[in-house]
Amino acid sequence: MFPSRGDRLLLPGLRTAALLTGGVVVLLLAFLIVEAWPGLRAVGLTRFFTDPSWHPAGEEGTFNLAPMLVGTLAAAAGALAFSSPLALGSALFCHYFAGQAQATLYRRLIEVLAGVPSVVYGFWGLVVLVPLIRRLEPPGASLFAGILVLTIMILPTLMLSADAAFAAIPEDYFKAAAALGLSRPAVIAHVVLPASRGGLATGLMLSTGRAVGETMAVLMVCGNVVQTPDSLFDPIRTLTANIALEMAYALGDHRAALFVSGLVLMGLVIALVLAAATVVREPA
Amino acid sequence: MNGANLYASGFGRTRGDVLLSGAVYAAVAAVVGLSGWLLYDLLSHGLGPLSMTFLTAEVEASGRAGGIAPILLSTLLILTVCLLSAVPLGLASAIWLSEYADLSRGLGRAVHHSLDVLAGVPSIVFGLFGNAFFCVYLGLGFSILSGGLTLACMVLPIFIREAEEGLRAVPQSYRLSAAALGFSQTRTLFSILLPAALPGILVGLVLGVGRALAETAALIFTSGYVTRTPESLLDSGRSLSIHIYDLSMNVPGGEANAYASALVLVALLVVINTTASWASARFGLVRRAI
Repeated sequence: MFPSRGDRLLLPGLRTAALLTGGVVVLLLAFLIVEAWPGLRAVGLTRFFTDPSWHPAGEEGTFNLAPMLVGTLAAAAGALAFSSPLALGSALFCHYFAGQAQATLYRRLIEVLAGVPSVVYGFWGLVVLVPLIRRLEPPGASLFAGILVLTIMILPTLMLSADAAFAAIPEDYFKAAAALGLSRPAVIAHVVLPASRGGLATGLMLSTGRAVGETMAVLMVCGNVVQTPDSLFDPIRTLTANIALEMAYALGDHRAALFVSGLVLMGLVIALVLAAATVVREPA
Repeated sequence: MNGANLYASGFGRTRGDVLLSGAVYAAVAAVVGLSGWLLYDLLSHGLGPLSMTFLTAEVEASGRAGGIAPILLSTLLILTVCLLSAVPLGLASAIWLSEYADLSRGLGRAVHHSLDVLAGVPSIVFGLFGNAFFCVYLGLGFSILSGGLTLACMVLPIFIREAEEGLRAVPQSYRLSAAALGFSQTRTLFSILLPAALPGILVGLVLGVGRALAETAALIFTSGYVTRTPESLLDSGRSLSIHIYDLSMNVPGGEANAYASALVLVALLVVINTTASWASARFGLVRRAI
């Protein structure tokens, strides 16, 4: 082979581009760490979880992130608990209950939901759900409102990944099951769910990441009071909302503390992505 | 009739099946009800204030009155900056990943993994990074340029994933034929691979536009929320998504215009996403579910 002059430039050029895109994550992490470092040094890692409160501005700031971490995890866990059965039911519907046309139409609806931006979910939650919850149990803006909004937001991710997992089940399994005379519930419990375990787990982890990382919707409906919630109807503040609220005026250690919470979020998400990748690699 | 459809036709009805059907239909009804409620609410409240003048008028009284013309312009500029930086870099990376890299080890694997992580990074963290890197470190300040570049980082993994799928969908025989004809790699790439992979690349582009339009959290601390008409890329500019946020949270009485802006944004995104899924179905692209 005699590579042309263009060819000799092509490969190094493409590899450089790939290096640059791969480097974005490294740059992002590096900047988070550099910005968080002064805070970690001055405050120390443990104080982010043991300080009496979160009053980061001023001379003697206190930096307890724990209530907000609890808020984040509670909202995400609640949303998963509500959304999983809905998503599973939806995916089962598309594969084993609906006709072709119905299933296509239903998937279109879910895709529309997937396309609605988080700020619109937040806005709808704020003007529709929060007043309804206020009538039930004041103040309205609460962990529960956040859970409801997140439930709808992560539904498409969960449903479409379950949908894809079901679609990947070999046709022969169903023929064999039908030949054995298995009923539909038996097929779903003993063939469909075990065979799609990996795909379902991946979907769960990806949507957990989405719920943990969501900012706008929870910022708009959760009330943003820094406290560990005692009930579903308590207002909470999540880590993400905290960054969005305080970044505008944060200086010094306070700003660094926000970057520390950014690092915590990054850590959670990277762990979830890596876990999802391991599940995908393991044969079901 | 395939096996899955056998059950859709109602084969093997039992009492368990009736219970299961009840649960499944209840879930579907809940989802249809919720999404119908959401979409109906947006339409019924948003259509009223929406008009041609709303799209072409200046913002007045912090958004309570007037229209969204400067907001649309800022959104368009942010989007342009984002695509002009993400597409060339992303396309070159996608070509390298699909045509030259070994994804099972070394650099190929590292780049692939780092893109997976990048796709999962929460948008507010992109906001932190964009603020520290583009606004402060590079000295671009709160500007359309900072916002667009931050979004470019977010859009890269989505665009690359689709463009890569598009390139992989090009039959191997095309590459072999080109080699047999003595085409150089560059010629093969530009005359054969890229034209054949165009649908996938366009789908990636459209999905990237969708992601960028929907984004809010990453823009608050990078492009800022000034409502004036931007005069240069170094001016701060408010995107449509931030406009909705600001109207609903910080402007009492901004609800009507927030509804109208939300309807505009959702309508844009529905068009964009429908185009993407139509195109990938039309051209038989394999798309990952998420």
